[in-house]
Amino acid sequence: MSNEEHTSSTPSAQSATAPVAGEASNPNDPRLVSRRWLLFKASIALNGIIGVVLAVPILRYFFAPWRKDASFNSWVSLGPSNAFPAGETRLAFYKNPSANSWDGETDNVACYVRSESANQFSVFAINCAHLGCPVRWFPQSQLFMCPCHGGVYYADGSRASGPPERGLFTYDWKIASGELLIDAGQMPTLSNSAKLVKISTSNGDCSCSS
Amino acid sequence: MQQLKQTATRVYDWLELRLRFEAPLKDAALHPVPRNTASWWYVFGSAAFTLLFLQIFTGILLALVYVPSAGEAWSSLNVLNHQIPLGWFLRALHGWGSNFMVAIVFIHMAQVFLFGSYKFPRELTWIVGVFLLLMTLGMAFTGQVLRFDQDAYWGLGIGASIASRVPFIGGGLVHLLLGGAIIAGATLSRFFAFHVFVIPGALLLFAFVHVWMVLKLGINEWPMPGRLVRRSIYLAEYKQLTHQDGIPFIPGAFWKDLVFSGAILAAVAVCAFVCGPYGPSGQPDPSIIQTVPKPDFSFLWIYTVLSYLPPEMETPFILIAPLLAIAGLLALPFFASEGEKSWHRRPVAVLTVSTIAVCWGALTHLGTTTPWSPHMSAWSGDPIPVRYLQSATPLVRQGAVVFQAKQCRNCHSIGGAGGERGPALDEVATRMTIDQMRFKVVTGGGNMPAYGKNLSPAEIEALVSFLETLHPANEPPAYDASRRAVDGGSAPTGSVPAPQNSAPQPAAPPGGNSGP
Repeated sequence: MSNEEHTSSTPSAQSATAPVAGEASNPNDPRLVSRRWLLFKASIALNGIIGVVLAVPILRYFFAPWRKDASFNSWVSLGPSNAFPAGETRLAFYKNPSANSWDGETDNVACYVRSESANQFSVFAINCAHLGCPVRWFPQSQLFMCPCHGGVYYADGSRASGPPERGLFTYDWKIASGELLIDAGQMPTLSNSAKLVKISTSNGDCSCSS
Repeated sequence: MQQLKQTATRVYDWLELRLRFEAPLKDAALHPVPRNTASWWYVFGSAAFTLLFLQIFTGILLALVYVPSAGEAWSSLNVLNHQIPLGWFLRALHGWGSNFMVAIVFIHMAQVFLFGSYKFPRELTWIVGVFLLLMTLGMAFTGQVLRFDQDAYWGLGIGASIASRVPFIGGGLVHLLLGGAIIAGATLSRFFAFHVFVIPGALLLFAFVHVWMVLKLGINEWPMPGRLVRRSIYLAEYKQLTHQDGIPFIPGAFWKDLVFSGAILAAVAVCAFVCGPYGPSGQPDPSIIQTVPKPDFSFLWIYTVLSYLPPEMETPFILIAPLLAIAGLLALPFFASEGEKSWHRRPVAVLTVSTIAVCWGALTHLGTTTPWSPHMSAWSGDPIPVRYLQSATPLVRQGAVVFQAKQCRNCHSIGGAGGERGPALDEVATRMTIDQMRFKVVTGGGNMPAYGKNLSPAEIEALVSFLETLHPANEPPAYDASRRAVDGGSAPTGSVPAPQNSAPQPAAPPGGNSGP
């Protein structure tokens, strides 16, 4: 295809020649085909560009929850620190810090507070380190037991037996104006609270004595 | 009458001129199928299709009342159950329809696998079918979440815990799954969108493509041993078969589909009417921890697998096994697209299906009884059988109290009551010597926690004294021959009842060597 042919195929020229001239009525005429295909391809490209431009805000919206762990957390109070008697493990509750009005009861989160001595605490997540079921504390045998797959933890939260790969998840805590505060805001899982740990092969070495 | 008929014909013609449905519908209805495919074995696909429409229909009706909000969903389900006339029945239809759909889809898959239907030229039909299976399971799981109760809440927790194990992006995946950092309002909203818009839309689209291919390629002929599939001649062979020994799809084959679909719908209705709706169980309040979460029936086998995997195998297995399984299903038609179709000559296929079925059945059965879960209230709920404490010494009785109070019963049964995580202890004294029992209690091991720190030496002595009495009357307890030499021949014999020797013996020496 030469340059001359190109310049001659203006819209008016084309409409005049297409139906009349024998060679132009050929549907395989490269001039006609290439022009229509050019417009077709241009329109596809136009929509592709618009699609890419639209995809940016859409993806940003979709991945909005994909944030740093710390951005969900804040310090919440579990009440006066002297409400937890030394040497005992108590169930405590708090309201999830980033609550919405339509969350209903799902914002009520439980945790276990173990008071080792005055102003010395361990705060454990309720969720089993295996698959997140709620563990229950048995003060008589000083064990946490999980109802789902039978994970068991000692009083200090370390793994006693069963499928969990590690001890209970813990919260960072501090005491401010007599209140016990914990750094809370997300469901503890293996991805945010701790990395996978290797399980000691020696069973029953009673790590609770430490 | 004549006039009415003419009017009807005119209306039909008016519509047909514009819609042009007649030719393709006639084509689909009257296309010839091999005579022996008009069989009761070929009815499962259409039944699954029927159930899909039952689910869409009942789902829309439930959506007229259900409130997809974490704060209101549970209450709206209770309103459906108790206040809207027959709301419970609609919920039950939808729940049982889901069970039946999962079951029928699996049966359909096993049938087409055994009949070699995935071979040339129906590879893509199989692949689309694999995605339909995955979407059906996705609907079952997201539907369980929409029944926003305790099981749904903790089931989501299990889902998030699994997602968190993905390397590098696990944390982000959890946030994406939950719509935030905890299970809350955003979580239910996105599962509602998936259950009601995303998956059903894709499911319908894929189901139509699936049926389209069945119509265009023709139903798989009844497999004959020795009649091999060859790419070069299959299409011609099939055409010959349908034209020489074929019947029109309607009515020859279709009436059995209709009968079976009707029967399945009736079965769903009967189950719904008799058994009622699923839940909701307790309200989705995570501060209520007295709960024993359990997945729905379709996922019980996964629940079992997760409890029996060794801890170090768990993450690789959870993350890799499903991908391998799906990849295997998708790859199947490519490495076995030709050759024998008949199950008579495909022993590996038959073995595969039967092995999977037996495993699935066993795992699901275990999932219904959950022998690995401690019985959380056995220690306070199941008393020690009286016969074990008749003529018992005070130390033995004290040991029985320790046994109950320290939650041993939650994992060990006595007299048929108690947990099944550990072995039943009715005859434990015949298996272990008193020293072995003392060692086991103090140090734990296997699935048993170590009690060394949590029991005083006196409690340990009382406990093992009680355990040593647990043996049949005519069978002596196990003893260590070396102890006999040390203790001067005071080891128990068959004629001596255990409670007598258990009381005085363990006082001094063992207390020292069992120090935690």
